[in-house]
Amino acid sequence: MPEITRLPYDVVVIGAGGAGLRAAIEARQQGKKTAIISKSLFGKAHTVMAEGGAAAALGNVNQHDRWQVHFRDTIRGGKFLNDPRMAELHAKEAGDRVLELEYWGALFDRTSEGKISQRNFGGHEYPRLAHVGDRTGLELIRTLQQRVVQLQQADAAELGDPDAMLKVYAETTVTELVKDGERIAGAFAYIRESGEFVMFEAPAVILATGGVGKSFKVTSNSWEYTGDGHALALRAGATLLNMEFVQFHPTGMVWPPSVKGILVTESVRGDGGVLRNSNGERFMFGYVPDVFRSQYAESEEEADGWYTDPENHRRPPELLPRDEVARAINNEVKEGRGSPHGGVYLDVSTRMPAGEITRRLPSMHHQFKELADVDITAEPMEVGPTCHYVMGGVEVDADTGAAVVPGLFAAGEVAGGMHGSNRLGGNSLSDLLVFGRRSGLGAVSYLDELGSDRPTIADESLEAAAATAQAPLRREAGENPYAVHQELQETMNDLVGIIRRGPEIEEALENLSKIRERVANVRAEGGTIYNPGWHLALDLHNMLLVSESIARAALEREESRGGHTRDDFPEMSAEWRTVNLVLSLRDGRIRLRHRPVDPLRPDLLELFDREELAKYLTDAELPAEETAKEEK
Amino acid sequence: MPTERTFRVWRGGADGELAEYTVEVHEGEVVLDILHRLQATQTPDLAVRWNCKAGKCGSCSMEINGRPRLSCMARMSTFEEDETIIVTPMRTFPVIRDLVCDVSYNYQKAREIPSFTPDPETRPGDFRMQQSDVERPQEFRKCIECFLCQDVCHVIRDHEENKRNFSGPRFLMRVAELEMHPKDTEDRRMVAQEEFGMGYCNITKCCTEVCPEHIKITDNALIPLKERVADRKYDPVVWLGDKIGLRKGADTPMVPNTRPNTYPEEDTPE
Repeated sequence: MPEITRLPYDVVVIGAGGAGLRAAIEARQQGKKTAIISKSLFGKAHTVMAEGGAAAALGNVNQHDRWQVHFRDTIRGGKFLNDPRMAELHAKEAGDRVLELEYWGALFDRTSEGKISQRNFGGHEYPRLAHVGDRTGLELIRTLQQRVVQLQQADAAELGDPDAMLKVYAETTVTELVKDGERIAGAFAYIRESGEFVMFEAPAVILATGGVGKSFKVTSNSWEYTGDGHALALRAGATLLNMEFVQFHPTGMVWPPSVKGILVTESVRGDGGVLRNSNGERFMFGYVPDVFRSQYAESEEEADGWYTDPENHRRPPELLPRDEVARAINNEVKEGRGSPHGGVYLDVSTRMPAGEITRRLPSMHHQFKELADVDITAEPMEVGPTCHYVMGGVEVDADTGAAVVPGLFAAGEVAGGMHGSNRLGGNSLSDLLVFGRRSGLGAVSYLDELGSDRPTIADESLEAAAATAQAPLRREAGENPYAVHQELQETMNDLVGIIRRGPEIEEALENLSKIRERVANVRAEGGTIYNPGWHLALDLHNMLLVSESIARAALEREESRGGHTRDDFPEMSAEWRTVNLVLSLRDGRIRLRHRPVDPLRPDLLELFDREELAKYLTDAELPAEETAKEEK
Repeated sequence: MPTERTFRVWRGGADGELAEYTVEVHEGEVVLDILHRLQATQTPDLAVRWNCKAGKCGSCSMEINGRPRLSCMARMSTFEEDETIIVTPMRTFPVIRDLVCDVSYNYQKAREIPSFTPDPETRPGDFRMQQSDVERPQEFRKCIECFLCQDVCHVIRDHEENKRNFSGPRFLMRVAELEMHPKDTEDRRMVAQEEFGMGYCNITKCCTEVCPEHIKITDNALIPLKERVADRKYDPVVWLGDKIGLRKGADTPMVPNTRPNTYPEEDTPE
């Protein structure tokens, strides 16, 4: 057995994207010795891919904006299945978190008054996204990265060692969480560069591992997105919430094949871009669902007027929430009105001058020019849906990010509840900041209550974790992990994708159980130093468990809502709206139970009129008819 | 129609060698796609560092036919069909294995630079900045930290002995960015010259040429920083203040205890 180094910390944060860094910054600011485990190099996490912005009701561009309106938009976008407490905290605190970033050095685009500028986005009533061109995620992660460095500099000056209180372990992957009885005791990991195994010993572990997109063939997600946190949580005894809700972003690149799935930012539409089919029709006018009918324009004239005069026009249907637009594109292509490479057209070239396009959408211009030889200032883009985000995730306490296992916390994409059945664009970056900080605070107060009663880790758990991790390298024969991965992706993409049917999900579950046997027997050639085949062999376990969770929940929920569309149950059901699906793992098998959705507090319910509520809620849940207003 | 191409790829550590592969190439693919195909079909343990595959994260830097590039943005259609493609790791940094190198030098240099420091009298939300004033530092914040500019810079490319006292274009640009931030209160001009090696740069613009974000590193960051350093050094008022001891502590020093003692001794190359 190789030597396993034990590394003692107060808090271990798994993941170095926005949520992980914000959580670690908070834990360190509160005086806790903190480790950040980054699957990639520091500063490369998937957060850099976020383009549009961070949603916060600062009211810099439209003074009518306030947290209640942001809350209402978030609940509408999530089709009333959001955890109301999370949505409330998010809407209330997002502004402070964005301003804090600015105070740490972030340079957002400005209004003429010198404040942070805000842009329009799908589902947001007012211009709300603080942004930097179309590279906001990069600004966010760089600012947090530089804040980490600043704290390390303070420790270097005071304690003589920059890593004394906050250390980043780059290119390090956690394979297992370790418990002492019921409590979290640490995380077992390998370091890519050296192939070495390490045991992070910590009473508090924060999962900030992001999403699950690599289980699907067409995705905007990078290789890291293998559902590690979701799977680690399940295996450690925690629960997952509503895993059936997977967001397919409406606009991914569709050509060339090697870049299929790469994101085309929603800012293209927020800034005036329109969707057309092969007949040149702006087809979105035909796809406005009943629940949104009153808020969206019915003609091109009205829609175009909105960009300059939003007070007197309704918004264009291109800016419906993502689930609606993705389904519409899917349908246009299916009915034969798609573009040559199986997408639809997204056009800004006829909507604004070339100079303005390159200023407002520089990285889109660059991306299409370099990867597809398309000049977006002169011709339309071809786009189609791509797996982008998972709304489902670890079931947590809204205020602290605590999972059901003592000592385990989760924040960001890996946590569930906040976005309900569908996330609005721009609500992810703000989610990371708000709940990253909160989970950091949650871990700190858990530690303070714990005092000296710290969990310990026995040598046997280390040996067992090391043996599991090395198994694929030790097999004399076995399948190539790349082949198994490809089949898993095809199964999920084709059978549990954007449009789902009961029998197909059942078929997926059968395939997955066969893939499970194959995953158990994959073989990795080579050694432990920077060996991608071996890493994939280990990641496959997580992708498989997450895929099974998604398929199980998707089969159970017999309705269509947000990021879950059942062709065999096309309607949204008020009864199902009251149901959270909670998944757990017992004896290696996934269990599923129903838990009621928390009701909206009366003061929050009042933000919606009764007519709108009636489209979502059961009669029993509806507030009593207001009599006061009817008085003469 | 797929074509068969010849790739010569660095395998092993510092004492490794080029290995030759014949591999299928499809329409629209980039070099990184081909490396992935090699992993999936011929050599699953080929070490490649990558992440977003969209030119946004700056992970997949390597040298392709001797040129520092992002492999995810290197389209196969830009090479001749019978051209052999040679892929090697960045030369300025130690090789870990295959195409992956140890880029910790860069994280080290980032730590030495005094951080953004606003006026302590202000609070979050107080800042008012005009777009025209933030645009200059915003250009530098487009940097995706691919470290290609560091790789190509002749000051350190074959001169290990310069690494201790030279931060490289990326981090001199970071100094320029902080100096141009409208709300920063520090003065890093002296430290840029004395600790981060601004003087080593003789503006050959190699960094600008390889930047995948097309940041004008030399023209917009390094030259203006050199000018500011010169202003600081030769400003008669500052000189007088220094002489008569009226100007103490205005130059921000390097952050203490952030430079390790592991750099090789400075000596003049033979």
